Amino acid sequence: MGNLRSVEKAIEHLGGRCRILGRPEEAGGCSGIILPGVGAFAEAMNNLRAGGWVEAIREITDAGRPFLGICLGLQLLFSRSEEGRGDTGLDLLPGRVVRLPETAGIIPHMGWNQLRLREPGPLFAGIAEGSYVYFVHSYVAVPADPAVIAAVTDYGGEFVSAVSRGNIHGLQFHPEKSQAVGLKILENFLLIVGDGVGTCRPGRQDDFDPGSDSDFGTDAEPER
Amino acid sequence: MLAKRIIPCLDVKDGRVVKGVNFLELRDAGDPVEQARFYENEGADELVFLDITASSDNRKTIVELAARTAEEVFIPFTIGGGIRKLEDIRKILKAGADKVSLNTAAVRDPSLIGRAAERFGSQCVVVAIDACRKPGGWEVFTHGGRTPAGIDAVAWAREAQNRGAGEILLTSMDGDGTLAGYDLELTRAITGAVGIPVIASGGVGTLEDLYRGIVEGGAQAVLAASIFHYRTYSVREAKQFLRERGIPVRLTWR
Repeated sequence: MGNLRSVEKAIEHLGGRCRILGRPEEAGGCSGIILPGVGAFAEAMNNLRAGGWVEAIREITDAGRPFLGICLGLQLLFSRSEEGRGDTGLDLLPGRVVRLPETAGIIPHMGWNQLRLREPGPLFAGIAEGSYVYFVHSYVAVPADPAVIAAVTDYGGEFVSAVSRGNIHGLQFHPEKSQAVGLKILENFLLIVGDGVGTCRPGRQDDFDPGSDSDFGTDAEPER
Repeated sequence: MLAKRIIPCLDVKDGRVVKGVNFLELRDAGDPVEQARFYENEGADELVFLDITASSDNRKTIVELAARTAEEVFIPFTIGGGIRKLEDIRKILKAGADKVSLNTAAVRDPSLIGRAAERFGSQCVVVAIDACRKPGGWEVFTHGGRTPAGIDAVAWAREAQNRGAGEILLTSMDGDGTLAGYDLELTRAITGAVGIPVIASGGVGTLEDLYRGIVEGGAQAVLAASIFHYRTYSVREAKQFLRERGIPVRLTWR
C-alpha cells in the first residue's frame, strides 16, 4: 500500500511522467515532488536525514515547487510525531502526529471512508463532498494552524484527512488506490505541477520495501 | 463513515481465472486482469486473487499478474496461495500488490508473520485461516483445506494478530462452496477474539448472507466468489441491498 510503484503507475495512467528519485540532486528536473510512504515515522525520518532529503525538501518547498505527501508522507510534513519513541518531522507545517484514539474503533483505520472538504483548493477540484477514499493508518496529524486543514474524515470523531498550505499538500489516504476519486486528485496535482512530477526515494536503492522505509516522494513529469 | 468492504475473490490457476464462465461482457473471461477491472468498475472495494496452481514453479506467473493488475486497477488487491518465503512476499509486493495472504506457510512457521510485518508493515500481511467445525470449536486446515493442522482457529487468530498480522481472512470450510451462508458462529468467535479487521468468507449464496456476516458475524469485510462469478448478483446489487438495510457501503465511485 502506498508503495512507489503504485503511485508511479497511477501517474503514468493519467498520462503523466514520474521518475523515482534516489538522491536529492535528481530532483532538479522535476516540477513537482510526491512523498509517499508507509511504515514507521522515525525510520522514515532517519532515512530522509541520511539521504540529505530534509534540507532538499525544504529548498524544494521554499522555492514554491508543488509538494504532495501521501499517508506517512503527510505526517512527515509536521513538527513531530509521538509514534514509537517519538521523533521530529520535516516541520514544514507546525503541528504533531498522534495515535488514533482506541475509542475510534479498530486500529488501523483501514478501508474506504469519506472526505468532508473544508477549504477545497485546486487539489480537490471536481471532488464531491462525501467522496470515498482508501485509508490505512494508525496515526493522524493535528495541525497547530487549523487553516491548513483541507479535509476531515470521521472515525470515532473527526480527524484530519488532507492538508494544504500554498504549494504544500498532504493526503492521509491513498489516492493511488482510491479509484476514480483518487486518480482525479492526482490529476489535479499534475495540473498544479504543470509539467513534471518526481517521487523521492531515499534509503535502500534496490530493496523496495513498502513496509518500513525507503519509499518517499514522487518526482514525476507529466506529458502535457 | 468507514464503509464495510465487499471483496470479490478470483481463483487463479496457471495465470487463468478458474470460474467465471458467464462473463459474457468480457473479451477474455479467463484473464484475471480483465475480470479485476470488471469488478472494479462494478464497485468492488478490494480484490483477492487466490492462486490455486498446484505446482510451486509458478511464482513468475503470479508476480506478472500482480504487475499487470497494478497497471490497470486502482483499488487495493491481495494475492494469496502458495506464498512460502519472505522473498515471495517481497516480489509480489514489489510488483504492485498491496497485500499478501498467508496460510500454510504461516502455520508451518508462525515467525513468518512477524518477519513479514516488520519488513513490509502489518497493513500488507493478511493471515488466511481455513477453519472446519469440530466438537467444541473449529480446527485450522492448511494446504487448500486438505490437511488438518491440529490447532484451534480462535487461538490461531489471536496468535496471528499478536505476531503482526494486519487482517484475518476467515474461511469456513464447512460453508465454502455450499452457498448456505457464512458460519456466523465461527465469524463471531473470531471477530470477538481479535482487534484487527476480519474478512468473512465461505458459503455466500444470497445477499442476505453478506448482511448477516457483517451484522451477526461482526465482519469488517465480506468476500464472495461464486455469486459474483456466476452473475447471480453484481457487486453493485450487493451494495444497494446492504445500504437499504442500513450498512454503510461505498456506492459512488465515479
